[in-house]
Amino acid sequence: MSVLKITDVSKIFAGPTVAVDNFSLEVANGELVCLLGPSGSGKSTLLRMVGGFERPTSGQMTIDGDDITQLPPERRPTGMVFQSHALWTHMNVFKNLAFGLKLRGLPQDQIRHKVEDVLELVGLAGYGARGVNQLSGGQQQRVALARSLVLEPKILLLDEPFASLDQHLRERLREEVRDIQQRLKITTLFVTHGQDEALAMADRIVVMRDGRTEQIDRPDVVYRDPQTPFVAGFIGTMNLIDGEVTKGRFTRAGLALDIPIPDGPATLAIRPEALDLEASGTGVAQVHRVTDYGTHGLVDLDLGDGTRLKAMVAHPDLFSAGQKVNLKPQAMAAYRDNARVYRS
Amino acid sequence: MERLAPTTIATRRPPLVRIPTDWTGIVFAVLLSAAVIVPLLVVGVWAFTEVWRYPNVIPQQFGLRFWNQTLTRADVWAALTLSLQLSTVVTLLSAAICLPAAYAFARLSFPGRNVLFFSFLAGHAFPKFGLLIAIAAIFLQLNLIGTFWGVVLIQLVGTLLFMIWIPVAAFQSVDRRMEEAARDVGAGPFRVFWSITLPQAGPTIAAAVLLSFVGTFYETEGAWLIGAPGIRTMPVLMISFINNQMVIQYGAVLSVMLWVPSFIALMFARRVIGGGAFARGFGG
Repeated sequence: MSVLKITDVSKIFAGPTVAVDNFSLEVANGELVCLLGPSGSGKSTLLRMVGGFERPTSGQMTIDGDDITQLPPERRPTGMVFQSHALWTHMNVFKNLAFGLKLRGLPQDQIRHKVEDVLELVGLAGYGARGVNQLSGGQQQRVALARSLVLEPKILLLDEPFASLDQHLRERLREEVRDIQQRLKITTLFVTHGQDEALAMADRIVVMRDGRTEQIDRPDVVYRDPQTPFVAGFIGTMNLIDGEVTKGRFTRAGLALDIPIPDGPATLAIRPEALDLEASGTGVAQVHRVTDYGTHGLVDLDLGDGTRLKAMVAHPDLFSAGQKVNLKPQAMAAYRDNARVYRS
Repeated sequence: MERLAPTTIATRRPPLVRIPTDWTGIVFAVLLSAAVIVPLLVVGVWAFTEVWRYPNVIPQQFGLRFWNQTLTRADVWAALTLSLQLSTVVTLLSAAICLPAAYAFARLSFPGRNVLFFSFLAGHAFPKFGLLIAIAAIFLQLNLIGTFWGVVLIQLVGTLLFMIWIPVAAFQSVDRRMEEAARDVGAGPFRVFWSITLPQAGPTIAAAVLLSFVGTFYETEGAWLIGAPGIRTMPVLMISFINNQMVIQYGAVLSVMLWVPSFIALMFARRVIGGGAFARGFGG
C-alpha cells in the first residue's frame, strides 16, 4: 500500500511569487488524483515538489508515513513522466529503460526480463533496439511511462503527459494509461489543464487556482456540484450571470428568477443542458446563432444587455437567429463571496 | 443508397513549382570556393614541382626531390613531434580547465558571471601582438622564454575562447528535463553529469576540442615570440624556411605536411561529430 500525504505545503519563489499556498491532500492507495487548473495555478510546482525537483518553503510530504520533504529526487520512491517525454536521445529504448535498473545494481538477465515485461505492458514489445528519435510522439510517451513503471515506484507522477500529442492519440493513450494504472493499482498524481482528461481518468479531481485548492471531489461531483463560481466556470461549459437579488428574486437585463437567498449581488450558474428555451414574442433573450451538431444543437443567446448565454437543445431546427425566447432553467446554482449559497 | 463516384483528385499531379535560380548565391559560392581552393592548389602543385619558370602555366618538371630533402632533415621531424606534443598538452590542459568552468557558466549563477564570461573575448578583441609582447616581458622575468611550458601557457590563452564559449552553449542546450528524469530514476548529480549531460553535450564539446587542437597546431605568433630560439614548432619552422630560403618548394612541402593533421581531424569530425555540432556550438 502506498499513501501520499501532503500537509500544509507552500512554495514561495523569489519575487516573491506564491506558487503553492498552504496545500493539503491525501492520495489513497491505488487512487488516481488529477490536479486540474489553468496555467499558473501551481499544479506543476506541486507535482515537482512531490518528485523532489522543488523544495517546499514550508509544510510536509510523506509516503507511507515516511517523511520525504527533504529527500533528493533520486532517493524518493516516485516515478515522474514529463510533458516533453525527456527521453535520453543518446540511448536506445532498452537503455532508457535499463538505466534506472542498472543503478540499482540488478543482474543483467533480470534487467532484460523486466525491460521486456514493461515494453509488453505499454504495447511496445520488440522495440528495445530502436533509437528514441525513430519513435512517434505516442510511442515516445509510452517509453517515458515504461521508464517510470519499470522501477515500480510507490507513487507515479504524470506532468501533462499527453499535452504534446494530437487529440485522437491523447484520447487513446489516456484510456491505456488509466487501464495500466488500475491493473497495477499504482497510486498516481496527474497534472493536467484539460478538463476532459481529468473527468475521464481521475478517481478524484483537485481543482486549483492561484496555488490554492478550490474543490476536491469525484469527477461527477465536481461537474454537477461545483462549490465555487471558478470551478463552475472552469469545468465544462457554464452560463455564469452576475446580477442582484432583491426580495428573493434574481434579476439581470430582463431575466428574473426566484432564488430564496438574502438580498445582495449573486452569480447565477446554469449548464447549457439545463437551460430550456421557450419561443415567445416577448422573450427576455434573442437567439444569436444556432449550431446543429447532429446529436444536439447549441443555441447562442443574448440578454438585453448583450450578456451571451448558451443553451443545448434537442431540436435546433425549432430556433433561428433573431428569434425571441424565454429562459426556463431546470437546474441552477447561485454563488456569493466565492461560495455556493443556493442550488436547485 | 447512392454510391460515391471514385475520386480522381488523388491521381492528379500537383502543378510543378519552379524554384528560381539564386544566381547571386551561386556567384558568392564560386568566389568563396575559389578563394579557399586556389591558394591551396598552388601550394600543393609547388610541393611536387622541381622546375616551374615564368611564363609557363604548369610546371615543366614534377618530382619528389624536395620531399626527399625535407623529410631527411632532423629539424623537420623534431618540429613535427614538438607541435603534436604541444597541441595535445595544450588541448588537454584547456579541456581540464575550461570544461568545468563552462559548466559553471552554463548552469550556475554567481556574482560577476557575465563580466567574467565576456572577459574571455578580451584576448581576441585587441591586436594580439601587443598582448603577446606584454606577456613576453612577464615571461622573461619568470624564465619561461624559450621553454616548452612557456609556449604551452601562451597557447592556452588562445584556446580559452573556443573552449569556454562553445561548451557553454553545449551545456545550455541540454534539456534540463532529461537530467531531472535521470535523477528521478535514481542517479546522483555526478552520475547525471557523466551519463546524461556529457553525452548530450559531447559532440559539440568534441567540436570545440578539435578546433582547439587544430588552432594550437597552427598557432605561430605566440610560439615564435615566446618559444624562440629553443622551441621551434612546425609553423615556426615553415616561416623560417620561407624567410631564409629562396627555394619556394621547401615552404610548400612543409605547408602540405601541415595540412595532414587538420585533414585527418576534419574527416574525424565529419564522421563522429557531424556538421550540426559546430553550428550548435555557435548558437546555430
